[in-house]
Amino acid sequence: MCTANTDSLKQKMAEYTGKVEKSLAKFPERKNLPYNRLYTPLDIEGVDYEKDLGFPGQYPFTRGVQPTMYRSRFWTMRMYAGFSTAEESNKRYRYLLESGGTGLSCAFDLPTQIGYDSDDPISEGEVGKVGVAIDSLADMEILFDSIDLGKVSTSMTINAPASVLLAMYIAVAEKQGVSPDKLNGTIQNDILKEYAARGTYIFPPKPSMRLITNIFEYCSKNVPNWNTISISGYHIREAGSTASQEIAFTIADGIAYVDAAIKAGLNVDDFAGRLSFFWNAHNNVLEEVAKFRASRRVWAKVMKERFGATNPKSWMLRVHTQTAGSMLTAQQPENNVVRVALQTAAAVLGGTQSLHTNSKDEALALPTEDSVRVALRTQQIVAYESGLADVVDPLAGSYYIEAMTNQIEKEAWEYISKIDDMGGAVVAIEKGYIQREIQESAYKWQMDVENKQRVIVGVNQFQIEEKPVEGLLRVDASVGELQKKKLADLRARRDNAAVQAKLAALETGCKDENANLMPLILDAVKAYATLGEICGVMRKVFGEYEAHVSL
Amino acid sequence: MEKRIRVLVAKPGLDGHDRGAKVVARALRDAGFEVIYTGLRQTPEQIVEAALQEDVNVVALSLLSGAHNHLFPKIVELSKQKGMSDVLIVGGGVIPDADIPGLKAAGVSEVFTPGTPTSSIVEFIKANVK
Repeated sequence: MCTANTDSLKQKMAEYTGKVEKSLAKFPERKNLPYNRLYTPLDIEGVDYEKDLGFPGQYPFTRGVQPTMYRSRFWTMRMYAGFSTAEESNKRYRYLLESGGTGLSCAFDLPTQIGYDSDDPISEGEVGKVGVAIDSLADMEILFDSIDLGKVSTSMTINAPASVLLAMYIAVAEKQGVSPDKLNGTIQNDILKEYAARGTYIFPPKPSMRLITNIFEYCSKNVPNWNTISISGYHIREAGSTASQEIAFTIADGIAYVDAAIKAGLNVDDFAGRLSFFWNAHNNVLEEVAKFRASRRVWAKVMKERFGATNPKSWMLRVHTQTAGSMLTAQQPENNVVRVALQTAAAVLGGTQSLHTNSKDEALALPTEDSVRVALRTQQIVAYESGLADVVDPLAGSYYIEAMTNQIEKEAWEYISKIDDMGGAVVAIEKGYIQREIQESAYKWQMDVENKQRVIVGVNQFQIEEKPVEGLLRVDASVGELQKKKLADLRARRDNAAVQAKLAALETGCKDENANLMPLILDAVKAYATLGEICGVMRKVFGEYEAHVSL
Repeated sequence: MEKRIRVLVAKPGLDGHDRGAKVVARALRDAGFEVIYTGLRQTPEQIVEAALQEDVNVVALSLLSGAHNHLFPKIVELSKQKGMSDVLIVGGGVIPDADIPGLKAAGVSEVFTPGTPTSSIVEFIKANVK
């Protein structure tokens, strides 16, 4: 990578080390630091520029998936939002688009994410809390009112019932006169990390994997520009994993999805180009940059060498990023603006395709409109003012960044090979292996914080007397009652015989393993069957996942 | 020999965030308590039943979804109905300061918010267990 006389360098490095070891002895040791204190060409010996880095837009994509990256267009500034009713969330979406947001990202409440209607007793207290409540196509029509689905790209954080929400989106678009082939967006649709880290699963792995491959197949033919899955490390990291574990476990999940789709008879190049990823942007800027670069290289090798994909689009790890929610502090929340700015720098230097920035008040509640604006402005400042987006992959060639990229790649391969030996990600999750690895890292982190081996400003050092934070967003408690009333009206108004017929057809389809369920779900949605009714049919046939609890 | 303190760590409601619950459970175990963890998605009825069956001294609730004002008081109420007035009930999670007085009035003994060291939870339980 650069000219250096290795022998002379090794000798000078030894002299340097000998000298500094003595003087450093009087400083207290800080843990959790990189292996070396200084990186030199010795740390990247053997790196072959053309083979290991290459050019952006070319295999193995270490330097980015697009040839020109942010010189042609910035990343999509996509703010995750949604709370209360469809009416309230629609207002927030329109505000974000008017403020310069360039894509939508929908947060659904927990009953929606787990396939229950708002009037189900289990939904009591949760309706509209962590996202918007969607019970039927009628809510979805309100959610996207006056938003042209032919122009906007929409990401939906929905997993177990992803097929149902995607069907609702397609149906709303049709009502707007937008055909499915014109739609752009993403469904998260990543059930494996729900079992391992996020918790909003419904069905057991086998039918869940079937639903996912049904979506791959349906979209490859009907909704060709839709990202059919967002294979997510974000939540694995939030649950406490390290950077290497984040990409390793997620790519292992990705391998499981590709395997399942190939087993179901799909051609890898027909669906692989629509797979996307979701990374966390943590505080350690340089480690994160290396993580992004390493992840692209690992996935490219997996797709080309392991699965024999031939279309370069199938080799690309395209990624959405969110700044780390778990790194926000409830103490001195103003400081979170700085944390988010550093995390944004990491994501941009890492070459993300889209980004959500968290708001300073999110360790306390859902964000207010004002704090969301600062979070969006943070992205705009990094894009337009900081210079970080001016050239492609600007940190390449740094001895440290390249050495760290290699190191994270190596650790990821070690985990992937261990998971392969167990029989793949599904088995590793069923055995609780991935969960235990994450828990172990989370516990170590917490103990490091409590022993002050890790300093979190305002939490375990530099504390002040705190005043209670005022002006937090509160979700109106009446939203549950409002959704119940809307549902009662819907059930009285719709053609219930038609609903029953569509649900019966779906039930028959569920029992036939060769049927693709997407058209049947779309039919049910269009007849205004509710999310809870549709998921209820699938629960009846597929059963529910039972988590293994281990400490 | 002194009887070990038994704690049920529980996740009420539909919230899937269990990093905190698991870290606290392990820290309590390392502090010498006997710990039972319920896993996700427990109804108030299931939690109170488990507390009764396991004969615990403490129920530690973890919730980050914002449904605490609904679910925590319900669990306290049900445990009173079952005659479990000697069980200490504590909670934690993303809970705004403004909600804490109401939860305490409803019978939750203490609420631990983000950034609390696990050692504070251990100390509180040791000092207040009935």
